[in-house]
Amino acid sequence: MRGYIGSRMAHSAISMVGLVVLVFFLARLTGNPVDIYLPIEASAEARTAFSEAHGFDDPLIVQFWHFVRDLARLDFGMSLRQDRPVLDLVLAAFPTTLLLALCAMFIALVVAIVSGALAAQRPNGVLDRFVNVISLAGASLPNFWLAIVAVLVFAVGLRWLPTSGTGGFVHWILPVMVLSVRPCGLIAQVVRGSMISAMSSAYVKTARAKGVRRTTIIFVHALRNAMLPVITVAGDQATGMINGAVVVEVIFGLPGIGKLMIDSIQYRDFAMVQGGVIITAVAIFALNIAIDLSYALLDPRIRYS
Amino acid sequence: MTGNNRHLVEVRNLSVEFHTQDGTVQAVRNVSWHIDRGETLAILGESGSGKSVSSSALMGLIDIPPGRITSGEVLYRGEDLLKASYERQRELNGSKIAMIFQDTLAALNPVYPVGWQVAETFRAHGVGHKEADSRALELLERVELPNARARFNDYPHQFSGGQRQRIMIAMAIALDPDLLIADEPTTALDVSVQARILRLLKDLQRERGMGLLMITHDLGIVEGLADRVAVMNGGEIVETGPVGQVFNAPEHAYTRNLLNAVPGRQGFPASAPSDERRDTLIAVRELSKGYPSSSRSPVVMALDRVSFTLARGETLGVVGESGSGKSTLARTLLGLEKASNGTASYKDRDMLQPTSSDRTVLQRQIQMVFQDPTASLNPRMTVEEIISEPWAIHREILPKKDWKGRVGDLLEQVGLSREHAQRYPHQFSGGQRQRIAIARALALQPEVIICDEAVSSLDVSVQAQIIALLKSLKDEHGLSYIFIAHDLPVVRSFADRVLVMRKGQIVEQGRTEDLFTNPQHPYTRELLQSDPVLGGPVAA
Repeated sequence: MRGYIGSRMAHSAISMVGLVVLVFFLARLTGNPVDIYLPIEASAEARTAFSEAHGFDDPLIVQFWHFVRDLARLDFGMSLRQDRPVLDLVLAAFPTTLLLALCAMFIALVVAIVSGALAAQRPNGVLDRFVNVISLAGASLPNFWLAIVAVLVFAVGLRWLPTSGTGGFVHWILPVMVLSVRPCGLIAQVVRGSMISAMSSAYVKTARAKGVRRTTIIFVHALRNAMLPVITVAGDQATGMINGAVVVEVIFGLPGIGKLMIDSIQYRDFAMVQGGVIITAVAIFALNIAIDLSYALLDPRIRYS
Repeated sequence: MTGNNRHLVEVRNLSVEFHTQDGTVQAVRNVSWHIDRGETLAILGESGSGKSVSSSALMGLIDIPPGRITSGEVLYRGEDLLKASYERQRELNGSKIAMIFQDTLAALNPVYPVGWQVAETFRAHGVGHKEADSRALELLERVELPNARARFNDYPHQFSGGQRQRIMIAMAIALDPDLLIADEPTTALDVSVQARILRLLKDLQRERGMGLLMITHDLGIVEGLADRVAVMNGGEIVETGPVGQVFNAPEHAYTRNLLNAVPGRQGFPASAPSDERRDTLIAVRELSKGYPSSSRSPVVMALDRVSFTLARGETLGVVGESGSGKSTLARTLLGLEKASNGTASYKDRDMLQPTSSDRTVLQRQIQMVFQDPTASLNPRMTVEEIISEPWAIHREILPKKDWKGRVGDLLEQVGLSREHAQRYPHQFSGGQRQRIAIARALALQPEVIICDEAVSSLDVSVQAQIIALLKSLKDEHGLSYIFIAHDLPVVRSFADRVLVMRKGQIVEQGRTEDLFTNPQHPYTRELLQSDPVLGGPVAA
């Protein structure tokens, strides 16, 4: 098991190298930051001074070398726009995104598993059709539309909740709800399909022949076997959220990683974009390893070596 | 039957149908049987005969829909369980009526430890966790699961098939049921393991006085184990009575046919006279195959200095239990596995490291028929595509314009019809699929066909038909067979010579008649004694 984690981390490191190269050179393709940061009438001296101060006058390969050298010391550079260390900014934004993602994922999983598992008990029954329609709608509705409608209804219309911003528990309700709808719909569909096949399996028949109670059969015998594909899809969705719940963060004005990145891209804040992408990637690699390990926890037949 | 003469379980005029996409299927019609404590009733039938339906009804395991019970009663101590509530049925299941299944790997939940699963029978019926665990351990020890205490928390896939069946049995007998239903309990097991499991069931029955309902296709098991038998065909009981009476004087034509189809009861095949010197097709010398060792275990010898020859026109049976190396032998001869040592030649061509021209010859002349025709035929190809595919590789055999006609000829030779060419494998029964696989093997007009458990997954009567087909093809085309099987009676009725394999070695080889009537090696004797057809009754 320990060897497996080691080799997975080594693989992640290889991907990481590719990512670092890509991120650095792709950012340089978007144009010269000097043109953006300095006013159009800036003097040649001012432009040279700005370039020298940030190392933009070095050959690209030298800039890359400095970038990598600093990375090795966990120095992601300074944000051009805010003049603060990138690492500080990213770490300040991360908790917001993590909290948002965790809450949304938790709600999505609980609702999806319970409704999907119950729907699977009578395929094509009333509950199944209901869950099917709702989950399909949830999986298909775009976030930005849902967010705007939710704001209109709950904040503007009913005045129950704030429209955006941070502050207290109430500020989190709408973003978390909106963010959980899509994964919830997708996961419910997977749970349903996976549970239908689990319920028709031989071990469920054995459990029935043993006189095991129905709820135990569903939630103990069948569900754990049905979870593998569910974890795969849920992991995929969680990755998307860590990547920044961009739309939701922007609409609700939450200072998360998604909002930070969008702003940085708009201002060609190279150091910020590079740092943000790399740190997010590390989090995603870690999440993927955790997902693979959770397969082994769920199913003893899966052993990594 | 009068009311005061109450049986433990009685099924009266049960009819069940299933609604499928292709219409309504009558699973059983007017089925009636009864069983008392201490008694063993066998329901004998082939696949699709409906032999499992009435016991499923008894345990409330028929899913409604698609199932529908159209008539009848299922009485447990006089109580009609078809009218019982879900909760009442749940109370009875596992405590009064228990069941063990055929495919133990699927029937045990793969993600929970076996001890937990055995203890669950107790917990489901109100026993506390601690006590359930300790009683589960006692049971696992009673069914002689080796090292039960240490393996209590192991998972099903970590046990052998025989051990898993012991675990299932422990689970079923936990609450001392009145009736134990065993649905093909030993079908997937080796003969010697099968004999031990059947003996265990018989002992437990005597010890606890429970009724034992055996659902099986195996006449040997019925003969060795049951008091009474009900023979089912096409959803109906065609004949019922004490085993001796039914087997010695079968009244129904179906029962007679079934009894005649059983291999190993007739005389030995008239083997070709051995004094006539026939040319050797395949010669194998000291063939070995070791699997690389991991750090913990030593090298596993799947084949250990195996030597034999196959003569033209000969059927060579290879018998052995799972893990004996029979399939590795076939795969090595076909070049699907690399041998570690030894030689094998086909008409003086090296089979183990053939030149590329030799390889073409070998691939044409030696064909294989696999055990599971469902898995070995590509489900997305029509029968015509499957059979004609080899001609696309060996182009010299047949010009493309003749393919269609030849496919039709081959289908007729294996007892199918020309019109079947455009169908897909799933539209055929298991026996028909195996015929397609044989037609595919014949397409290249080979000299040798290796059959790896080619009839093991088929019903007895279908098995007999396929064997008869293989025999007639052999005479027509001058074929030689290497016939690998774990089923001794089948080999006895078909092979000219037999190799007995164990742990990668050939422990004995000889003419079929000599080997079966006068086995030299103790392992051969043990195998023959374990077989329910060839050996004596399982338990007196």
